[in-house]
Amino acid sequence: MDPKITVRDVDFFYGTVQALKKVSIDLREHQITALIGPSGCGKSTFLRSLNRMNDTIYGAKLVGDVLLDGRNVYGDGVDVVELRQRVGMVFQQPNPFPKTIYENVVFGPRVLGEADSGKLDHIAETSLKAAGLWDEVKDDLRKSGLALSGGQQQRLCIARALAVEPEVILMDEPCSALDPLSTLKIEELMQELKKDYTIVIVTHNMQQAARASEWTGFFLMGELIEYGVTGEIFSRPEDKRTEDYITGRFG
Amino acid sequence: MRLSRRMTQKLAFGLIWTSGAVAVLVLVFLIGYVVVRGAPEISFEFLTTPPRGGLGGEGGISSCIVSTLWIIVTTMVLLTPLGLGAAIYMAEYAPDNRLIAFVRYSVELLAGVPSIVFALFGYAVFVLALTLHFSILSGALTLVCLLLPYLTRTAEEAMRSVPRAQREAALALGATKWQVVTRVVVPAAMPGIITGIILCVGRTVSESAPLFVTMGGSSQMPDGLLSPGRTLAVHVFYLAMETNALEKALATGAVLVVLILVTNLLTNWISTRLQARMMGAT
Repeated sequence: MDPKITVRDVDFFYGTVQALKKVSIDLREHQITALIGPSGCGKSTFLRSLNRMNDTIYGAKLVGDVLLDGRNVYGDGVDVVELRQRVGMVFQQPNPFPKTIYENVVFGPRVLGEADSGKLDHIAETSLKAAGLWDEVKDDLRKSGLALSGGQQQRLCIARALAVEPEVILMDEPCSALDPLSTLKIEELMQELKKDYTIVIVTHNMQQAARASEWTGFFLMGELIEYGVTGEIFSRPEDKRTEDYITGRFG
Repeated sequence: MRLSRRMTQKLAFGLIWTSGAVAVLVLVFLIGYVVVRGAPEISFEFLTTPPRGGLGGEGGISSCIVSTLWIIVTTMVLLTPLGLGAAIYMAEYAPDNRLIAFVRYSVELLAGVPSIVFALFGYAVFVLALTLHFSILSGALTLVCLLLPYLTRTAEEAMRSVPRAQREAALALGATKWQVVTRVVVPAAMPGIITGIILCVGRTVSESAPLFVTMGGSSQMPDGLLSPGRTLAVHVFYLAMETNALEKALATGAVLVVLILVTNLLTNWISTRLQARMMGAT
C-alpha cells in the first residue's frame, strides 16, 4: 500500500538555524505513527511542516518534498487552506475558542462555507460522538468550551478537528497537559480513530508511544535517527542513540 | 529601628487602603458637589429650552444636549471603522519592519499631542480649507483625528493579546487569514476594543477646546451635520467664563455626568450583546 504521506530529504530552517536535516519518512494510512525524541529535536517542527503550520512563522523555510497522496504540499498552486482541512491538527495545550461547545465544533464547517443548521447540528453530534465527548456534553452544547475540564477540552479540540472530515490528524503532544485518566481516554480514542484517519503523534512519553502506535520514529538534533515498527524500536533498536534514549540514559 | 514583617504588612495595607479611600472620597465629593448644587436648577423647562444667553445665562440646555448627541454619533460612526481597520492592519497584517515600527511610534506620539493642537489643525483644515465652516462635521472630524491614534492603539493591543494558540487552532481548521481575524481575533479582543470605544465616547463628551474652535458656540438647535452647535462641555465652559450663572453651569455639569454614565452603560450593554452573538451564544 502506498504511504499516505511521503517525506523526502526535508531540510528545515528557522532563519539561519537548521531544525531538520535530510528527513525522509513514509507515514502509513490508517495507522498511528509516534514521533519521539528529546526537547528541541525537531519533532514538532517536523509535524507542523506536514500541514504547513510553520508557514506562519517569519523566516521559516523548507527544502525537500512532502507528498500527500503523491502530491507535493509545498508545490505551486497548492491551496494551503484546503491542505489544512485535509490534514487536521490537535495541539499541546487544549485550545478551544472562547465560544460555546457547539460553536467550537462547527467552527471548521462554518469557515468552509456550511450554513445549513440541520447539517451543522448533525456534524456537531457525529464529531462529538467520534471524539467520545457526546454523552458528557450533549445537554450543555450552549455552554462555553472553556468550562470543560482539561481532558474534555482536548477531546473537544479533537471533535473540532474531526468536524472538517480530515484524512490525517497531527497530534502535537496532545496529552502533555492532561492527567493520566484523561490521557488514557485520548489513547483509547486514537485506537478508534485510526480506522478512519491516519494519525501522527508527537509525544514525550515513551510508554505512550509504545502503547499506542504501530510505527515509531526517533528524532535527535533535527535528524530522524531510526524509524520502524514500534515493537522493534522498543525491543531491538538498531542505533545506539535510540537505545540510550528509550532506556532513559538521556532526554 | 526595623519594623517587624507583620508591622510592615499592616502599614502597607493601611496606606493602600487610605489611597483607595481617598480616591473614592474625591469622586463622591466631586460628583456630589456638582449634583447637589446643580440639581435645584434642573427642571423640565431647563432641559427643553435652548440657552437664551445674557450675563445671567438665561434659558436651558436643550440645544446643547442635542449637539452633544450629534457629535457623539457622528464622531463614533467615523472613528470606529477607521480605528478598527487600522488596528487590524497593525496587529495582523503589517510586516515587522522599521517602517511599521516608525508608524507605530508616530501613532503613540500623536496620542500624546495636546487636544488644543488638534483643535487648531481642525480649524485650519476642516473649518477653513475644506470650507465646512463651524459645524458638527468639522467638530467630529477634528475629534476623529484626536481619538484615532488612541483607539487604534487600544484595539491593536487587545488584538495582540489574543493567544497565538487561538489563531493556530483556526488556521489548522482551514480558516483563511481574514476568517481568523473576523471570527477569532476580533471577538476575543472585543472587551478591550469596547473599553477603548467607551473611553473615546467619554473623551468626545468631555472635550471642550477642540469643539469650541471647530463647532463655534451657537446655541441654536442644530438641524444637520453642517450646522454649528454647542456641546454641554462647551456650554459649561461658556457659562462659567462668560456669565455669572455658576448654578446653571453646575446643573449642566450634572447633566453631563449623567449623560456619560448613560452612554457608558449603553455601550457596555450593546457590546456584551454583540460579543455574545459573535461568540455564538444564543
